Amino acid sequence: MLLLGAVAYDPKVVPIWEGICAWLQAHGVDVEPVWFFRYETLVQALVSGGVDVAWHSPLAVVQTERALHRRGRTLRLLAMRDTDQDLTSVIVARRGGPSSLDTLRGRRIAVGAWDSPQATLLPLNHLQANGVRPGKDVDVRTYDLLVGKHGDHVGGERLAARALRDGDVDAAALFDGNLLAFRADGSLPDDAEVIARTGMYDHCAFAALTGHREAELDAWTRVLLTMRWEDPVVRVLFDLEGLREWRPGRTHGIEPLRHAVATLDHEAADRVRRFADTL
Amino acid sequence: MRVELGDLAIDRGGSVLVANALRDAGHVEVEGTDPELESNLRAWARARGHGADGKTVHRATGRFDGGAEVVLPTGTADARWGFAPRGARVEAGTAAWNWPLDDAAVVWDEDAARIYSSAAARQWDPARDVPWDDGFRLDEPVEAAVCQVLTYLVENEVAALSVPATFLPRIHPTFAEVVQVLAVQVADEARHAAVFTRRLGLRGHGPGTSGRGGQASLASLLAEPDFLSATFLLSVLGEGSFVELLRWLADCAPDPVTRAVVRLAAQDEARHVAFAVGHLRRVVERDPAWLDKLAGALRNRSAALAATSGLNEDVFDALVVVGAGSLEPDAIGRSFASVADLVRRMDRARQGHLARIGFPAASAIELSGWHTRNFM
Ligand SMILES: [Fe+2]
Ligand SMILES: [Fe+2]
Repeated sequence: MLLLGAVAYDPKVVPIWEGICAWLQAHGVDVEPVWFFRYETLVQALVSGGVDVAWHSPLAVVQTERALHRRGRTLRLLAMRDTDQDLTSVIVARRGGPSSLDTLRGRRIAVGAWDSPQATLLPLNHLQANGVRPGKDVDVRTYDLLVGKHGDHVGGERLAARALRDGDVDAAALFDGNLLAFRADGSLPDDAEVIARTGMYDHCAFAALTGHREAELDAWTRVLLTMRWEDPVVRVLFDLEGLREWRPGRTHGIEPLRHAVATLDHEAADRVRRFADTL
Repeated sequence: MRVELGDLAIDRGGSVLVANALRDAGHVEVEGTDPELESNLRAWARARGHGADGKTVHRATGRFDGGAEVVLPTGTADARWGFAPRGARVEAGTAAWNWPLDDAAVVWDEDAARIYSSAAARQWDPARDVPWDDGFRLDEPVEAAVCQVLTYLVENEVAALSVPATFLPRIHPTFAEVVQVLAVQVADEARHAAVFTRRLGLRGHGPGTSGRGGQASLASLLAEPDFLSATFLLSVLGEGSFVELLRWLADCAPDPVTRAVVRLAAQDEARHVAFAVGHLRRVVERDPAWLDKLAGALRNRSAALAATSGLNEDVFDALVVVGAGSLEPDAIGRSFASVADLVRRMDRARQGHLARIGFPAASAIELSGWHTRNFM
């Protein structure tokens, strides 16, 4: 039997993975879900072999990679959602506010939880790469909702958007999907415009240690990839989890975050590095 | 296919035009001047499962491909059609709700649409159609008798409201017109109870007594679990009798407000009876075995009520005083005969309805006699 670890960042996570595991069991793969409260514990469990495969946030992927690196081992990404490929994050500001990264100097930006790749680490690194040093040239305000969930919960980004609407900050960082969602549900002020956008990156993935039960995990992945949205049973699970199809895992989409964790000069990245070093 | 957005941004409504174009075309090229167009188009397409390639979107498998179309069934309605109207396409995997009344042979009625539109057109307004401000005065015993009769009428209205209301959420929504007929019937009963209650308080007298037998008779209507049997007991036999009582009151009641409210209620009741009789006639035509089932429900109810007295004697006496309009012995004598005649008229009305449903004349006479002595 394979153990699949996942962080329960929201109550809906439980029926999603129970449903997916039940479907996989019905298709001949014995797998059981195990719930974690924080990604940090899941990372430890994966590194120590306590779970065979982890549903990992991109930051958990980077943390696991760093821990494995010191042991001379590597990580495999088995599969991911179609909706987790080629994301971008945006920085939005209101009309009359900053209109570019340069004019953000001396102002205040709202970001998500400090461990959110999409709403904090990647956008802040984008600022730094463009010569605007977070915490020095621009004041950074984190909206630390549910730390340990790596920003999977939308709450932090929603608070950042609300801070922009309420005039508490001059700009806010969001994942591009939430730009569309917050525009439609009114969380963003009408005059908010995109003033900068990061490069593309990938989000969550199924991660496993190279060399760990590879044949079984490859067989598991093959069955997973046969799940079809057109199947009414699968559709319910996919709609809840927000995907149309599973795709084979790929690692190049993690590179922007690896780079951000390695180079970002900000407390958020310091904390990430400190944790990874303790593993 | 091309969609020209001009300066409309994808995240400010442009996505709606793209989605619209994707209904007709597998591939849509999007043009526009927003600098964020391509990035936001990709984010939007990703969330919807479409492919995006620069400014071109490739349509995903449709959410409604392979779904079911809601129709009027000849047999059982599909629970997975859910709440959707006939003609709608329902997504595959929609969770099935349980509507126990899903058999067209039991529920569907081709006359329902006509009955519903006529009911909707004949809704009356208690504020406008009843002369509440008429300055009539009745002698105290006559006012008391009117209020006793109205107390009984309100009880009947509450039961007549509750029976169709319990069946409404059990009827499969594809039989929409039948649901509409029963829903307007429920609303009618609510209005009847409201106007009768208002008349009760009009001269400060208020309600009279409520008898054990009458209560038991009404409770036995609610206890009937079968839709057609309950329709038979309430709307054919009960309301079929009740409408005669209302018409009699419309002629005999001593004040213009009471005459108006019972006349208006009688119009609605006649429609309730007509729908029930027509519906059961058609059910029996298709399946004559229903005659035995309906008769069985009537006998069961009668047996259950055997130990009760039926009509509250206060109600019978009050009807006589109401008909007389005074306590004058001559008037009381004439009215007593008139009430006795009303009881015979109710019996004849029930026999007529039973015959129309398809019962042979002899059994119609017998079955009418099994009906509750409480009238409803
Ligand atoms: Fe009524
Ligand atoms: Fe009625």
